[in-house]
Order: sequence, then C-alpha cells, then structure tokens
Amino acid sequence: MTVLSFFNYWAVIVLMMIGYYCMIVRGNMIKKIIGLGIFQTSVFILFISAGKVIGGATPVLREGVDVYSNPLPHVLILTAIVVGIATTAVGLALTVRIREAYGSIDDDAIDAVEGDDRA
Amino acid sequence: MSSITELMPFIVLIPLIAGPICALLPGRALPWLLTTVSMATAFVLSAMTLAAVFDGVTLSYAFGNWAPPVGIEYRVDAANAFVALLITGVASVLLPWGRPIVDAEVPERQGSFYALLLIALAGLLGITLTGDVFNVFVFLEISSLATYGLIAHGRDRRALLAAFRYLIMGTVGATFLLIGIAFLYILTGTLNMADLATRLPSTEASRAMQVALGFIVVGLAIKLALFPLHHWLPNAYTYAPSLISALLAATATKVALYVMLRFIYDVFEPGYSFTALPLSAALMVMALGGMFAGSWLAMMQTNLKRMLAYSSVAQVGYMVLGVSLVTLAGLTAAFLHLFNHGLMKAALFASAGLVAWRCGSVRLEDMRGIGREMPWTLTAFALAGVSLIGIPPTAGFISKWYLISAAMEDGQIWLVVLILITSLMALVYIARVVEIAWLQPRPDDAPAVQEAHWTLLVPVWLLVAANFWFGIDTRLTVGGASMAAEALVGGRLLP
Repeated sequence: MTVLSFFNYWAVIVLMMIGYYCMIVRGNMIKKIIGLGIFQTSVFILFISAGKVIGGATPVLREGVDVYSNPLPHVLILTAIVVGIATTAVGLALTVRIREAYGSIDDDAIDAVEGDDRA
Repeated sequence: MSSITELMPFIVLIPLIAGPICALLPGRALPWLLTTVSMATAFVLSAMTLAAVFDGVTLSYAFGNWAPPVGIEYRVDAANAFVALLITGVASVLLPWGRPIVDAEVPERQGSFYALLLIALAGLLGITLTGDVFNVFVFLEISSLATYGLIAHGRDRRALLAAFRYLIMGTVGATFLLIGIAFLYILTGTLNMADLATRLPSTEASRAMQVALGFIVVGLAIKLALFPLHHWLPNAYTYAPSLISALLAATATKVALYVMLRFIYDVFEPGYSFTALPLSAALMVMALGGMFAGSWLAMMQTNLKRMLAYSSVAQVGYMVLGVSLVTLAGLTAAFLHLFNHGLMKAALFASAGLVAWRCGSVRLEDMRGIGREMPWTLTAFALAGVSLIGIPPTAGFISKWYLISAAMEDGQIWLVVLILITSLMALVYIARVVEIAWLQPRPDDAPAVQEAHWTLLVPVWLLVAANFWFGIDTRLTVGGASMAAEALVGGRLLP
C-alpha cells in the first residue's frame, strides 16, 4: 500500500490545489485570503511530514528513548506560521480599507468601478 | 579584516532595530532623521564590506556563535556586497529628497510609515546578506509585508487594490520559494547555502530536485516581475507614495534577481540548473517578452509613473537576458544592469515624484509645457532618460554595451538587433515626455507650478550625476559586476 503510506503528501497536494484554485478563481477578497491560508498550510504539512522519523518519539530529551523525530522542521514551520498569520492580518486590514473606499470586496465589482484601472 | 566581519551584520541589524524605535517616535522630524541616519550608517558599512570582499574574499559571520551549517550564517562575497551597496546607497540619497514629499503624501503618523520603510529595507538587505535559505524566505516575507503596507499609504484609493493584488501574488511567490526550500531540505537535510552547494552535487539527481529548482525559479520570478508574472508591478509603482515607488523600483526587483542568481548558480550548480530544466531558453523567451511588452505598454501610457513602471518590466528583461546567455560575460552584464538600472530608475522616479508633488498630477496631459516652469526637474528627467535609452556617456550605455558584447560573444547577433529595437522604443517613450513637457504650450487655464526647492533638486541631480559618472568611470560598476559574477560562478564549469 505505497499510495496510502504517502497519505500526508496526498493531503498536501489536495490542500495546495484547493487553496490555489480558491485564490485564483474567487472574486471575493476574503475568500482569496482563505485560499491563501489553505495554500500556506499545505506547505506547513509538507515540512512537518518530512520531519517525522518512523518509530521516533517526540523530540524531548528523556530516559529510555533512543530515536527522536527531527525537531527542526517544527521550528521552521513555527516561524512560517507566524509569517502566515502576519500575511493574513495585512490582507484582512487591506480588505477592510478597500471595503471602506469602494463599498465592496468583490474583485469584479471593483473592476467595474475602476474601468481604466487595468492598462 | 576581522573587524568588518563583525560589523557586516549591522547593515541588516541597524534598520531592523531602528524600525520599531521609529514607530514610537512622535512628530515628523525624528522618524525621518532616524531613518536617514541608519541608512547612511548602513551605506558606510556596505561600502566597507564591498571594499573588503573586492579581491575575492568571502566574509562569514555565525549568528549567536553557532557554527554553520547548524547556525544561521551571513555569508558575503562580492555579489551580496554589490547589491547591498546599491540598496543602501539609493536609500541614503532618496531619503533627504523624500522628506517634504512624504509630508505632502502621508501627512499623519509618519513614525509608523518610516518604521515600515526601515523594516522593508532591512528585509531586502537581509535577503542580500544571508547565507541560509530559510532565512531568505523569512526576510522576503518581512520586506514584502512591509512593502504592502507602504504601497497602501498611497493617496489614491487604487493604492489599496494594488497593495492587495501584490499581497496575493507576492505571497504565492514566497510560498513557492518555501516549497522549493522544503524539497531541498528533504533531499539534503541542510538549509545553509554553502552546505547545500557541497551536498547537492553528490545527491542523486531526482525529480524532487528538479521540482525544487522549478518552484524556486518561478517563485522568485514573481517577485522579480519577470514577464508574464509582472501584473502586480505597474499598479503598485503607480499608486504607491513617490518615495516608495522610487525606492522599490531601484531595489526590490534587483534583490529578487540576485537571490534567483544565487540559487541558480551557487546553491544548485549551473551545470545542473541549466540542464535539468530548459532554463536558458525559458528565461530568454520571458526576457524578450518582457522587453517588448514592457516597452510597448510604456509607449501607450498616459500616466508618467505607470510608464516608468512598464519600463521597469522591460529593463528586468535586459537583466534576465544577460543571465539566459549562461556565460560569465552575460552574468556580468546582468549584474551591471542591475546596478545601473537602480541608479537610472531612482533618478527618473525621483524627478517624476517632484512633478507629482508640484503639479499634483503625473498624467501626461497635465504636464504640458511644464518644462519651462520646472526646468531643473525636467532636465534631470531627460538626462536620466538618456541613460535609460543607453546613449553614451551614461551608465545605461555601459550596461547595454556589455550586454550586446555578451550576446555577440555567444554568436547571437539577432539578440543585438532586438536589444537595439527595444532601446529605440525607450527613446520613443522618453522623447514623448520631453516633447509634452518642453515643446507643447502650457494651457492657459493650467494651475501655476513652481520649481521645487534646490534642496530637493540636489539628491535628484546627484543620481543623474551618478548616471554620467558611472558612464565614464566604470571601475566600481564593471569591476563590482565582474567580481560578483565570478563569485557566483566560483570557478564552476558553465554548460
């Protein structure tokens, strides 16, 4: 069952595609940000899956355990999660300001207002 | 020698520490002063660093005394130092210019504005100096997030939209880079660039390595605004505050190009990068597409800043074209144009910023006859434009000369023809501005416009003078660019 043993990676691919699709296709800016979050989360799972050592314990030093999982990807992803939250926060803040300025958060509706915006 | 190794990390640390302090400072003068002083200090340190690495030395600083590859390492050779000098230099010249313009465009809460500016610059410098691939990702996001905030400070409400769209595309780019880094880490178990460079050649070439390279190149191509991934750039540069447009145009895309080159040439071997993927052909097609589409769209614009933004897309094309030749001469031309284009675009956006400030508009139809009202500003624009077109004796001529020589050396005469055609297109869009500003009469109902104060003209003319200086005395630019290219190739064979 090699396909099933790569379950994490299948989850990564599915989530990545859902997030990416959502970001490209959705006109609603909040949905774009949600897509962005799903997309980033899939990469976090990719990193963390790579850190798992089969049979390894949680990486906290203690008696009677010889094999530990690799803690480095967790630490890296902790940083990446912070980056992701900051991105979401900035994105939401911009969406609030766009809503105040245009009265809409739909890409197409705003495009209709700003006809000459795209040159 | 060792003292500069200890001082070199402060190029990043000074703006990074000054940023949060700046956010707490009240009023207008103090935040500006702190920003200017810290960038000037970083500029002096960058100059010292470049002097120290000019003869092929590599400086290495281990953060927290954790020896690399375990700890984070700042690793500086001629390529990093050259880019850092451009960023800090342009920022140091533009900040004195930008003060009254920021007063007009961002009247309130300048403390947080300058804080974002410092953090964005710290991020760009961090990407430039670090020797750790995960650190590149973190600094890329630090600078990008600050940049989104800065663009949204523009007075036009479309600045918000530009910032949002840049946020979406920029985050996709950065996440692509992160995916690439994940594959590299899975393959080798290390994140240090020098360590990756020694481990990757002995790793069995696999699909995963190919995918890593592909994700990294595409992710950085978005940040680089390489055609056809440039859609975020024109609106972002057009609606951002003038100081931000000038700074971003001179530095942000350059840093992305530098990191891409660091990955293609140093982390992966050039022998692998250019054979595992058809990078040379792909980069050449995108570069030529950018040169033509960018120049063509620049000719069609009615907004001065947007015209300059599309011209930037074209100029990125020249740099990438140099890279796509896969020769030392081509890489040198790319680094040379990276530096020279920073100088000319800073001068052009700076004079456009003065027009925007004095005239209240950067639409070409509002600029009719303005050359007689603001002769110094428009002359500076025209002279920087001469450098953009590539007429001797300017820096733009030197970089085109080296690019054309590299293409000839490679036996690709047709590229020379295409470079000349796009240069003529640059002549058209610059000449159009000059014609509107000088030859057309000022409409009778147009508001009176005054020339900017000389204290603002000095930095602009300093940049224009640099364009001519580096068109005549090329020791720093050509010397630095060829040292940078050699440092990246590092004696490895090019395919």
